[in-house]
Amino acid sequence: MRRRVWITDTTLRDGDHAMAHEFTVEQVREIARGLDEAGVPVIEVSHGDGLGGSSLQYGRSRVAEEELIAAAAEEIRRGKLAVLLLPGIGTRRELKRAAELGAKVARIATHCTEADIAEQHIKMAKDIGMEVHGFLMMAHMVRAEKLVEQALLMEGYGADCVYVVDSAGAMTEPEVRVRVRALRRALGEGTEVGFHAHNNLALAVSNSVAAIEEGAVRVDGSACGLGAGAGNAMTEVLVAVLEKLGIETGIDLFAIMDVAEEKVRPIMRHVPKIDRASLTIGYAGVYSTFLLHAYRAAERFQVDAREILIELGRRQVVGGQEDMIVDVAVELSRRKAEDMHRASEVMW
Amino acid sequence: MERVKVAILGSGNIGTDLMYKVRRSGVLELTWVAGIVPESEGLRLARELGYRTTHRGIEELLEHGEDFEIVFDATTARAHYRHAELLAGAGKIAIDLTPAAVGPHVVPLVNLREHVDERNVNLVTCGGQATVPIVAAIRGVAEVEYAEIVSTVASRSAGPGTRQNIDEFTQTTARALETIGGARRGKAIIILNPAEPPILMRNTVYAVVRDGDRGAIREAVVGMVRRVQEYVPGYRLKAEPLFDEEKVTVLLEVEGAGDYLPPYAGNLDIMTAAAVRVGEELARHLLEKRAAVSVMR
Repeated sequence: MRRRVWITDTTLRDGDHAMAHEFTVEQVREIARGLDEAGVPVIEVSHGDGLGGSSLQYGRSRVAEEELIAAAAEEIRRGKLAVLLLPGIGTRRELKRAAELGAKVARIATHCTEADIAEQHIKMAKDIGMEVHGFLMMAHMVRAEKLVEQALLMEGYGADCVYVVDSAGAMTEPEVRVRVRALRRALGEGTEVGFHAHNNLALAVSNSVAAIEEGAVRVDGSACGLGAGAGNAMTEVLVAVLEKLGIETGIDLFAIMDVAEEKVRPIMRHVPKIDRASLTIGYAGVYSTFLLHAYRAAERFQVDAREILIELGRRQVVGGQEDMIVDVAVELSRRKAEDMHRASEVMW
Repeated sequence: MERVKVAILGSGNIGTDLMYKVRRSGVLELTWVAGIVPESEGLRLARELGYRTTHRGIEELLEHGEDFEIVFDATTARAHYRHAELLAGAGKIAIDLTPAAVGPHVVPLVNLREHVDERNVNLVTCGGQATVPIVAAIRGVAEVEYAEIVSTVASRSAGPGTRQNIDEFTQTTARALETIGGARRGKAIIILNPAEPPILMRNTVYAVVRDGDRGAIREAVVGMVRRVQEYVPGYRLKAEPLFDEEKVTVLLEVEGAGDYLPPYAGNLDIMTAAAVRVGEELARHLLEKRAAVSVMR
């Protein structure tokens, strides 16, 4: 029997970052329908920072999340609609509303050391009959033992699956293997393990394959890789590679290619790519979502985006701390001005 | 000067830090510290400092009701619901540091004056204490269409009460931005950061304003920060307020006084500091009322 894995397509959630939160109802409908017809089993739709993420801190959504979720729910017939929630940003209230609108899967995300803030959300999602995937973000920042401890908490609250999330696209293959393997060993047989990649080091697809070899049965992708930083694993590439490896995804290869080429590529605002800034994110281990914010701050305060990102990495900033980007940029530009002042004094 | 006698309920981290702050007050006189754990460090320290203590909680404390008029409750929300009734029954004023919010939310420099006759007041949240004054300051010189705050605290400074009730934290804070801060709409976000060494508490306030003069807004914010510093010395601006079109961004940092809690826990320090400030105002009000009555006689 062929092995089977389940791909969650996050074009309409992680891709929201690259779209600067400008998705329209029509775009969401088109893409959700295409993904569903191609056989994608789980389709995620939310603000990039999850439910309730529309904010000055992360970027305001052009269209209210309820409208986008409702539109996607109408289009999805075969697969399941998923939403993301980061406790501290969104609340159970938004999650409940999303479930009423048709969301079947709740992906509850915390920083990889803070799983206990998700207890009330995971329990509530299970209580209202949702499938729950726990998301341990920035998983490169801690050792496998710590990740296991946190994954067990999520499993204890009722999560059906726990994801190792490489939010910074910073993991090399051995780092992925050791973490996924540790979770697979520690979690109960009934609990699945998942892996979410970013392509900042050009390893998104190969790391996803490594995760599957270590026992992950869920991996994330997005069409054309539309996502934060250098983007996610490209769903269409994942499907092709897994098919060659004899692993079943249930997704039609040509159909998913068509979604990427015809529905997603034409509307992309920012084309995720490995450039010096996104590569720096992977190298420094910084939240991929910081990319566009760092570009803006670099321009405004006249500093190198890479310097901002490296400094954020040094300070062990975690996901959601977008306000630190401006904070650090202000500080770097002040320091630069002082250096120039000092240099000019020397010249005099 | 005549002082008003107070007691502290709760001998954990918050109650103990509060004890050191009340100790310095010229208006409040601490008499009792009550806990429920006999071997707690807080009770031991209280005894060493010469305060009377009990590990039999509110029941024994209220047997000595003649020793205090105001009680700070630094226990838990669940405990406070019970304490609130007992304290009211005993005619004591309660200053509630838990999320219970039996009484109205108060922020010292903003709305405390309206509530000096209340018998039970609540301190909102640490994020609320850190950011509502800034929103109110801006509101004093411009219309605030929307206020959004992001509080980032060290993981180690976030106790189980915050962790298991994170939705209540964001919802309560958001409401306070509206009802106390004066924003039309409010939103609050909290982030826990596990970095070692632990980070200081930081807060970012975003306000979307209408008809605001930038100079006036800057002055209002800087002035308010200076006033908060009177009771939270480690409260400071990280940069000058930033302006983009109608958006104002204020970056704040809160370093704790390190009385009992470590300095990085500015989020807890601002709660205990605000509690003392509230206690002092209520105490002054009591003394004034009493003086007025005695003059009339």
